[in-house]
Amino acid sequence: MPNMDPKKCPMPSQEPNVRNKNFKEVALGYTEEMAVNEAKRCLQCKNHPCRSGCPVEIDIPGFIKHVAEGDFEAAYNVIAQSSALPAVCGRVCPQEHQCEGKCVRGIKGETVGIGRLERFVADWYRNNVHTKPTAPAPNGHKVAVIGAGPSGLTVAGDLAKLGYKVTVYEALHVAGGVLMYGIPEFRLPKDIVQHEVEGLKELGVDIETNMVIGKVLTIDELMNDYGFEAVYVASGAGLPRFMGIPGESLNGVYSANEYLTRVNLMKAYKEDSRTPIMKSKSVAVVGGGNVAMDAARCAKRLGAENVYIVYRRGMAELPARKEEVEHAEEEGIVFKTLTNPTEVLGDENGWVKGMTCVEMELGEPDASGRRRPIVKEGSEFVLNVDTMIMALGTSPNPLIRSTTPGLDADKHGCLITNGPDGLTSRPMVYAGGDAVTGAATVILAMGAGKEAARAIDAAIKAKEQ
Amino acid sequence: MFTIIKRRELNPTVTELCIHAPLIAKKAKAGQFIIVRAKEDSERIPLTIAGFDREAGTVSIIFQVVGAGTMQLNSLKEGEAVHDFVGPLGKATEIEGLKNVCVVGGGVGCAIALPIAQALHEQGTKVTGIVGFRNKDLVILEDEFRACCDEFIIMTDDGSYGEKGVVTAPLEKKIVEGANFDEVITIGPLIMMKFVVKTTKPHNVKTVVSMNPIMVDGTGMCGGCRLTVGGQTKFACVDGPDFDGFEVDFDEAMHRGTMYKPFEAHAREAECNLLKQEVQ
Ligand SMILES: Cc1cc2nc3c(=O)[nH]c(=O)nc-3n(C[C@H](O)[C@H](O)[C@H](O)COP(=O)(O)OP(=O)(O)OC[C@H]3O[C@@H](n4cnc5c(N)ncnc54)[C@H](O)[C@@H]3O)c2cc1C
Ligand SMILES: Cc1cc2nc3c(=O)[nH]c(=O)nc-3n(C[C@H](O)[C@H](O)[C@H](O)COP(=O)(O)OP(=O)(O)OC[C@H]3O[C@@H](n4cnc5c(N)ncnc54)[C@H](O)[C@@H]3O)c2cc1C
Ligand code: SF4
Ligand code: SF4
Ligand code: FES
Repeated sequence: MPNMDPKKCPMPSQEPNVRNKNFKEVALGYTEEMAVNEAKRCLQCKNHPCRSGCPVEIDIPGFIKHVAEGDFEAAYNVIAQSSALPAVCGRVCPQEHQCEGKCVRGIKGETVGIGRLERFVADWYRNNVHTKPTAPAPNGHKVAVIGAGPSGLTVAGDLAKLGYKVTVYEALHVAGGVLMYGIPEFRLPKDIVQHEVEGLKELGVDIETNMVIGKVLTIDELMNDYGFEAVYVASGAGLPRFMGIPGESLNGVYSANEYLTRVNLMKAYKEDSRTPIMKSKSVAVVGGGNVAMDAARCAKRLGAENVYIVYRRGMAELPARKEEVEHAEEEGIVFKTLTNPTEVLGDENGWVKGMTCVEMELGEPDASGRRRPIVKEGSEFVLNVDTMIMALGTSPNPLIRSTTPGLDADKHGCLITNGPDGLTSRPMVYAGGDAVTGAATVILAMGAGKEAARAIDAAIKAKEQ
Repeated sequence: MFTIIKRRELNPTVTELCIHAPLIAKKAKAGQFIIVRAKEDSERIPLTIAGFDREAGTVSIIFQVVGAGTMQLNSLKEGEAVHDFVGPLGKATEIEGLKNVCVVGGGVGCAIALPIAQALHEQGTKVTGIVGFRNKDLVILEDEFRACCDEFIIMTDDGSYGEKGVVTAPLEKKIVEGANFDEVITIGPLIMMKFVVKTTKPHNVKTVVSMNPIMVDGTGMCGGCRLTVGGQTKFACVDGPDFDGFEVDFDEAMHRGTMYKPFEAHAREAECNLLKQEVQ
């Protein structure tokens, strides 16, 4: 008999007023008992609509059935067939738009907590199963991967399991991409990411940090001089955008990337860190996505008294994960939606002292189908802040494009591929993740990696014959 | 392993390290920079490539000890290694086709100016070098400059060496006398570069400046190194570090450079106290 409780088993979490002062993980994870109980809420639907909502089509009822039976290792093996990073995706996927968005239990009550169960299974496995993966027999072929974010790591893992000798080149001093420098510790502990990276090394993957491809080596050199038969470009989303309003160069204006990089990658949140970061009193974060939520919650944890999210559309339009918005509200972040900054104001020393905003209302839907915000006449007001963090999205980094002749990009600078397998305009050069789609999600970046790994394997095998 | 092959103290606060980094040595060009982390917990520090030896596979950096990061770097000995060393970053200085160039360096900026002067000299450009220091004790790289400059002028603020005064005085004089430079390339403190541009602009002599804003990643990800050039936002680590001096908003750049001053002063104190304890 399934558990017919209309509500999800609640996630044990740190108290909002405790956690908004530390960087430890917010959600503590299910116990075995909670997981089994939640798993029993799944109706094991024959047509399993949840699966079609997952970009990598994890056999959701399949793994949940094993959880309900208490066989967590079997559950892990089901997930591992489709996903390389379940501990990450279970934590950061926008489940409400994906798997859980399609779950039939959502019609009357709350959906099955698919993400929470996935996280539980992955954490259980990491803590309880210590068999090291063995590197398979080498097949004699070499593939290079550029960028050690979720997309690059997925390609590396999948190809290594097939016997390829894979080298991942990463520009920064650690592997993990956004998982290391963007998403904060309190949402995704860094040792989970490093555990995944260590797993790849055990499979025989070489990870070379401090290597900016396009500068120290070009793609042509990798293929011609280093003997790589294929290259996968997963260099991520790139440079932050600014609004172009007056005052954006004042001291105290950050891009979210800089703020988060200082806090996460360079560990400015630790007492003994050498990385400087502003001790802010009042912070406005402009934008409404995950990046904005992360920056706002970091600012709060670093001691800011007032933290505002300033977003030009309404609460319903916030692109961030629902859970992050809820967590942010609980932690005392103030949402100023339907508000748009028009100018950053500086004091006599050139530091931010506030910003002028206008109120917005929603008009007709625009090209994206969302209702377009328009300025409300005479609604100007000043918000007093000493720090402003711009979280407005990014535009692709030009390094690889400009140093690889014949590699086509669209007018935004995103690499062009011939469809899901990720082949670019250059033979044997594949690409995927944010470098192709623009800023998207971890699971999509990983999914692109899976497809590309299959395509690269097929292309190399075809050449062999 | 990025081993320190050689270490040389150029003056009491400026050190040169020659580091084993064959891949970077192979690609490096004058005007580019690297990012170094001395130890596992150090900050990422951008430093210009002061020289390279493609055959020996080494890259030299010359840095002034100004804060915690450079202090840590300065504590490393020959035979030890820096934890991270990444590059070559940024665009190389454009020198092709130049016939007659004045290179103006100030303080530790001379370390950055030197490889450019050398590259110009090697391609047969006439090089006039003008360098400025606060006083005699701080003069660095004099012999190296003399070897690659057709004409070379040293200025000191207090007149304790070379001529007394600032670099813009001889620069102005040369231009007025009809030196006919194709270009002036200047590297040093922002305030100096600002005044070099003030000197050259009325005479309409093209002036390239090398900007050194605060950086984090140096790869075009964080946006921390942004500058306003010709009214547009530019990122020094991927669009620069060289820019057209007439277009750069120096006042803004100077102001942004002070963002972490209070934090740094504090770090420096903490570090000094540590040093004291070690001595006791
Ligand atoms: C703050 C923040 C929060 C987010 N929150 C979520 C979330 O909750 N859920 C979700 O699904 N998604 C989230 N995302 C989006 C998600 O992280 C990205 O879509 C995903 O990481 C993209 O993966 P990727 O592998 O394509 O690129 P990245 O993770 O960006 O990795 C690219 C890597 O390539 C390296 N690189 C770049 N250029 C070069 C070069 N020339 N040579 C060598 N290496 C290079 C970079 O240093 C980087 O390590 C968030 C993003 C941010 C910034
Ligand atoms: C492209 C580039 C090339 C450079 N080349 C050289 C060089 O060849 N030799 C040299 O001595 N210095 C060079 N610098 C400056 C050097 O990076 C800084 O002096 C160094 O980062 C200071 O680190 P710190 O931790 O010791 O000092 P901190 O205590 O952090 O700061 C001391 C002073 O340095 C400034 N500063 C801090 N961080 C940076 C930074 N990341 N970039 C620029 N300035 C900063 C601060 O505003 C302050 O005035 C270069 C900078 C850039 C951006
Ligand atoms: S990977 Fe993401 S979308 Fe797929 S089942 Fe897991 S949480 Fe849902
Ligand atoms: S739709 Fe919901 S209830 Fe049905 S199988 Fe999927 S998770 Fe279970
Ligand atoms: S230093 Fe981060 S973008 Fe230039």
